[in-house]
Formats: sequence, structure tokens, C-alpha cells
Amino acid sequence: MKNFEFHRPQKLAEALDLFGQHKGRARIWAGGTDLLVRLRDRALQIEVLIDLKQISHLDIIHYDQNVGLRLGTLVRIRDIETSKIIRENFPILSEAAGTLGSIQVRNKATVGGNLCNASPSADMAPPLIALGAEVKIAGKGQEKTLPLEKFFKGPGETALENGEVLTEVNIPNMAPHSYGVYLKQGRRKALDLAVAGVASVLTMDPKLSKCVDIRIVLGAVAPIPMRAKKAEAVIRGSDLSDSVLNEAAKIAAGECAPISDVRASEWYRREVVGALVKRSIQQAFKKLTACA
Amino acid sequence: MNALQHNVKFIINGEPYEITVCSKDSLLDVLRETLGLTGTKKGCNSGECGACTVIVDGKPVNACLTLAVEADGKEILTIEGLSEGGKLSSLQESFLEHGAVQCGYCTPGMIMSSQVLLNENPVPSEEEIRNAIAGNFCRCTGYTKIIEAIGAVAVTRAGKK
Repeated sequence: MKNFEFHRPQKLAEALDLFGQHKGRARIWAGGTDLLVRLRDRALQIEVLIDLKQISHLDIIHYDQNVGLRLGTLVRIRDIETSKIIRENFPILSEAAGTLGSIQVRNKATVGGNLCNASPSADMAPPLIALGAEVKIAGKGQEKTLPLEKFFKGPGETALENGEVLTEVNIPNMAPHSYGVYLKQGRRKALDLAVAGVASVLTMDPKLSKCVDIRIVLGAVAPIPMRAKKAEAVIRGSDLSDSVLNEAAKIAAGECAPISDVRASEWYRREVVGALVKRSIQQAFKKLTACA
Repeated sequence: MNALQHNVKFIINGEPYEITVCSKDSLLDVLRETLGLTGTKKGCNSGECGACTVIVDGKPVNACLTLAVEADGKEILTIEGLSEGGKLSSLQESFLEHGAVQCGYCTPGMIMSSQVLLNENPVPSEEEIRNAIAGNFCRCTGYTKIIEAIGAVAVTRAGKK
């Protein structure tokens, strides 16, 4: 691997300046857990890396009970996993964080990095999309907000334009009587990419008898994390009976576009999607009835 | 110093070091090749096996995924730092007593991960032990004796309470 320039700006404006100056030759560096491996594999040849970690305030976890959760781009996956405030208010995020890599990797990997690396199997993407998250993007002289659902364009490709940096992820509070579950199927319990990942956020009516809203997001079974909208449509307004969930599972399995690769075949991935869609919703419902 | 080379200062096993590194140098390579601390092992060099686990500012990380320049200003603990004056720690002794070491290649990383666990959770359950070492692969032992070795230290500590 060739040596590269490694810059450690103290301020975001400095980082954006550098990024703009080195158009095309530079990449943003956070935890480095994906980027360093790709550099070593020579899948990427980058001459300039811009480390964000010396910039303060980019790793803040802030919860406002009237608004929701704000995560700085540099928040470590391990901190999302262990944060009391996230475990209490958005347990789906802590659980999803716990499925990424290993403790050692999670101590370096960041939420911004996981999203910007844009692997189709990125573990933080399905739960964040299912929660309706938005991302804040900073560019030279301007800042914009984008729903995370619109952030992914293809494997490894995002809506970030040249010189732009993802700075924050904002997650609105869930509606009352809601619960979210993320299930990841892999070949082992740690240090593996998802063969299929499913995040379901379920909202019931106050009597817990009817589904008011459902958001199902699938990971690792399409070029980008995707909403299973046809499956959602079947469940929304229903009583979550077995027949409804079985139908939704079948539809979700058909809606996605998995590939066969070294980890699993297309056929198997569709089977897993169906199973995890049903299971995640049943588990979410069980949690809601347990807390009632 | 330009952006290609960096002057870094860190503390390793209680000793201060100041060295010059290239941007691309990993903490793992600096520990092993520059500083001669070969207790930390290079397995996959891509964060997928845990053999290179070290403790940085109290947290276990893969040294292969840490750039040496990122370790600037940090406190690092490697396997060499666990024994005092040549005397092995109780965790290290437990690994030996329980037959938890075969080829020994995963062992330093295993011990670093379990040391952090015991620091944070002095009497972990078996499930908690398994989770704590989930990022450390062993090809020899089948993990059972490793889990027993860690559990034995916890039991001893519980007994002392």
C-alpha cells in the first residue's frame, strides 16, 4: 500500500476546505474500519485522507424527549450499543449496533462511516431508515438535510456530492405504541456481514389490536437498503394475524433483489427475508404487549 | 512534519514513547516491527480475527485497523503489559492452568478482550464471556477451555468478595 497524506483538521470548515482543494484525490476518514481494508486490498487508491476525529462536537449523542435523537457522524457504533439513553428510547438501534463486526471493530467504527461506506448490508441503515432518520450534510458554504431513505444510490454510492460531508443523523421520536426490531442473519454471531437484514418498526393503536403503521427495511438483499413497501401495505391496518404476516413475508421475499455470492444463494436470501419479516414483527408486537 | 509523516507520542504499558511514523503505518506494525513488542499477533490484518487486539484508552481495538498516527496521545496496553516483573497476571495463569492455550496465536488477543470484560464486569455470566470474546477467533481449542479459564478468574474474584 502506498503512503498517503493524513490530515487532522481541528475544525469542520478546515476539513471542508481541504476536501474541496483535493477534489477527487481525497476521502474522509472516521473509524477507518472499512476504508483501511479497501486501501490495503487496493480496491481504492487514495492519496489524501482527511481525519475528522480532532474536530469537536462531531461525536455527540443528544436526546430531546420532545424531538428525538441526534447522533454526530463520529458516534462510535459501540457507544450506540451501550448508551443507556439509546437502549431505553431506541432499542432497535442499540441491538443493530451490537450486530456489527465485533466489539473491537465497534470501538472504532462510526455511524457516519457505516452510512457513507454504503455497503448494501450496512447494519445501521435498515433500522435508521425504518425510524425515519434524516441526515445533515455539510458542503462548502452550505448545509442541507436529506431523508436517509434517499441517501443511498447504489453499492458504495451515496447522495454525497464532491466535497460534501455527512455531519449528523437525526432520528425523530417514535409514535406512541411503537416498537422496532432488527434481525440480522449471518453465518455466525459476530464478525460477519448480513446474509439478510430486516428492520421492522411497528406502530399499533392504543388497544394494541390493529396495526396503524409499519415500516420494513431490508438490508443485504438489494443494491441499497430498501423499504419493503408492498409487504408494508398488506400489514398496515391489519390485526397482524398469521395469515397476514405469512402473506407479507412472501411479498417481501419477492420484492427484494438479492444476489448469490460466497455467503449465500439468492434463493436462500429470499427465504431468510420472509422468515425475518414475520419474526421481527411478531417480536415487536410481543414487546408492546409485554410493556402494556 | 508534512502530512505523509507524523511525530507521535503515546504511552505503552506505562512507558512513554515518541517516534516518527508514516501515515500508512498501522499500530500493529509499529508495535511489532518498530518497537519489538511482538506479543501482539498479526492474523488477518483486516479486523476479522482479533489476534491483534490491544487496549487503547481502556477499550479493546484491532491494532491492525488503527493507524499509528491515530494512537497519538493515547494510552496503550499490550499483552506484555499484563505481567508485572515477570509474574503472570491471574488471568494469564488461569489460561495456562485450564489448557486454554494450544498454538498460542489467538491467546494475547483473547486475554486482552477478556481483561477488558473483567475490568468492566468482574463476575460475568458465561453468555457475557462468550459475547466479550466473539471478536477473537481460535482455530485450535474450540473455545471451551478459554471460556472456563475466564470464568475461573471471575469465580475466584466472587469468592474473595
